[in-house]
Amino acid sequence: MTDLTHPRLPDTDKDSPGWLQRKLQPLTKTRWGRFAVVALPLLWLAIFFFVPFMVVFKISLAETAIAIPPYTSLLDWDAEEGLLALSLNLGNYLFLLEDSFYIDAWLSSIKIAGISTFFTLLVAFPIAWLIARSHGSRRGLLLALVILPFWTSFLLRVYAWMGFLKKNGIVNEFLLSIGVIDQPLIMLQTDFAVYLGIVYTYLPFMVLPLYTALEKLDMTLFEAAEDLGCRPIQSFFLITLPLAIPGIVAGCVLVFIPAVGEFVIPSLLGGSDTLMIGRVLWDEFFLNRDWPMASAVAIVMLIVIVLPVMFIRNGKNNGEGAS
Amino acid sequence: MTSTQLIEPCVAATVVTPSPTADSEALADKYAGQTPFVSIQNVSKTFGDFTAVDNVSLDIYQSELFCLLGGSGCGKSTLLRMLAGFEEPSQGKILIDGVDMTGIPPWDRPVNMMFQSYALFPHMNVADNIAFGLKREGVPRDEVKERVAKMLELVQLGHLGKRKPDQLSGGQRQRVALARALIKRPKLLLLDEPLGALDRKLREETQFELINIQESLGVTFVVVTHDQEEAMTLASRIGVMDQGIIVQTDEPHDMYEFPSSRFVAEFIGSVNIFEGIVTEDERDSVRINSREAGCTLAVNHGISCAPHQHVHVALRPEKIRISHSHPDQQENCISGVIEEIAYMGSLSSFRVKLASGKEIRVTRPNTDRRMAERFTWEDKVFLFWDEDSSVVLTS
Repeated sequence: MTDLTHPRLPDTDKDSPGWLQRKLQPLTKTRWGRFAVVALPLLWLAIFFFVPFMVVFKISLAETAIAIPPYTSLLDWDAEEGLLALSLNLGNYLFLLEDSFYIDAWLSSIKIAGISTFFTLLVAFPIAWLIARSHGSRRGLLLALVILPFWTSFLLRVYAWMGFLKKNGIVNEFLLSIGVIDQPLIMLQTDFAVYLGIVYTYLPFMVLPLYTALEKLDMTLFEAAEDLGCRPIQSFFLITLPLAIPGIVAGCVLVFIPAVGEFVIPSLLGGSDTLMIGRVLWDEFFLNRDWPMASAVAIVMLIVIVLPVMFIRNGKNNGEGAS
Repeated sequence: MTSTQLIEPCVAATVVTPSPTADSEALADKYAGQTPFVSIQNVSKTFGDFTAVDNVSLDIYQSELFCLLGGSGCGKSTLLRMLAGFEEPSQGKILIDGVDMTGIPPWDRPVNMMFQSYALFPHMNVADNIAFGLKREGVPRDEVKERVAKMLELVQLGHLGKRKPDQLSGGQRQRVALARALIKRPKLLLLDEPLGALDRKLREETQFELINIQESLGVTFVVVTHDQEEAMTLASRIGVMDQGIIVQTDEPHDMYEFPSSRFVAEFIGSVNIFEGIVTEDERDSVRINSREAGCTLAVNHGISCAPHQHVHVALRPEKIRISHSHPDQQENCISGVIEEIAYMGSLSSFRVKLASGKEIRVTRPNTDRRMAERFTWEDKVFLFWDEDSSVVLTS
């Protein structure tokens, strides 16, 4: 085993002949390749997310003014004295904390989004389970049916719900005709209608991640659980639910976040007392024309939503790392 | 095996009864006076038009290690699932320890199962997996802990209780699955291809462990397998299944040496089969004229049959001796040319072509080092065997 042209190197992994090449490879080939792959989406996010975000952040630090655009500039250049003044107005943020109206709107948004997310989960779980347990073309058909509503405009579908729920709408007409009620129910412009609208609209976002999680479950796990003395209801809580948690978390995040900022559903289906931060934002921008205030509301909303999601993600990663 | 596939199935000319081989008599002795622990009575299971299990009756006794052996789709797994309670029989009934199991769900049966895929719960660690069954029974926490620890010792996994199933090797997972199925001290343990997912070496070690555990606990095991070698080593009794029916039930030795049908003879081990016509039928022996073999075949035990009856003679490859010179016997002696030699270390396998064109498989143990060199391709050889080496089959 003596080879004179290649003197034997110490027999460790690091010192074996190809190590330099291996070390260089990521630098030359892989790293640039990877960078190129992520560069485009990164650029996209930078232009269409980060820059607008910074613009909004900038506006939130300005003061409202009767001008076009309706806010003051942060930088003020005084040519005579050669003075460049930067004025940051934190008043908008302070006002947000002082005025309970905004805090109430946030809390109310989070409450409405939370309750709707819970009911979406309740409705979506059996649907996802059924799809995951059906076979072949049937499964494809059911999945297509879940996605089908997206082919119609979201706004149209919400208007359609107004037709269902209004005083002389289809639901009331039907209930009156079969004699269940003798007075039409007030459903439109209530919180109930908002919950219904959110559950209906965001159902696919819950069904799809749940389906992905449930589809992976091995059916013999349930047989094993039954064999070991578990009734079906127990095996649901002991086996199905814990194993579906990744899907449940993903689905809830996908429903909860847009639901907190939802504007169309509370405006169309909700009553005047349905307080949601999306509506407050709209009113600040278009009724009060107070762009800095509206921007501050938007920034705080982002922080309020993003922070918990980051915690969830961290928790999830830690959980996976430990297993 | 090629030699057997050319022969067309024959129709028995007269009605014959199976010979008193070890078949039922020895068994009757062994389990005399015992009531069967598991009694499967005229059980059928149909899925739509397909009959998976067809009117099966079978008794399994206390502390047996019973193997259901058969190819895929023969109904063995369906039968096992009916014992576990995952399927209900379409007809007939199953008694376990004297209790009719009809309508009793899996969670109320005194039966546990070890799944082919092991079906370990991926979100629980090894100890929690094993404890699962006990916790459902409401066993006090201290006792659960103690019994799990004991069970981990039994399957030699004492140090791995905190691991998750995906951090275990295939062999370790198999042990966890076994421990989980045993912890509730079931009266009957069902094992679906218990060694199927293990590699050969591990399988050999594990099967003896499985037998040891079975013997030390005294639990009745019913094992389903398609692997005849596994069935032979594990089982105290084997039931061979084909197309939903149990073809033969016997102890491994009798199953191999005295198959009752061509199907069993060919399914278990390899076999040479000659077609022939009975010429002489005496009390203790029978002579069969076989054109394929080119000689008279004499069998001194076996089957009661009538002259001129069309029968098959089954002969295991290892029962045949091989020689360059003519032995001193006229019957059970044929000549041919070596077509193929496979040296397999412990034994050599020869394919010998007879004058009739039929090919015979012969295996000889390499009892000395020069053994394999004595025969080579194109050698003209004589094959001969004793009168009690072959079996007459009428079906």
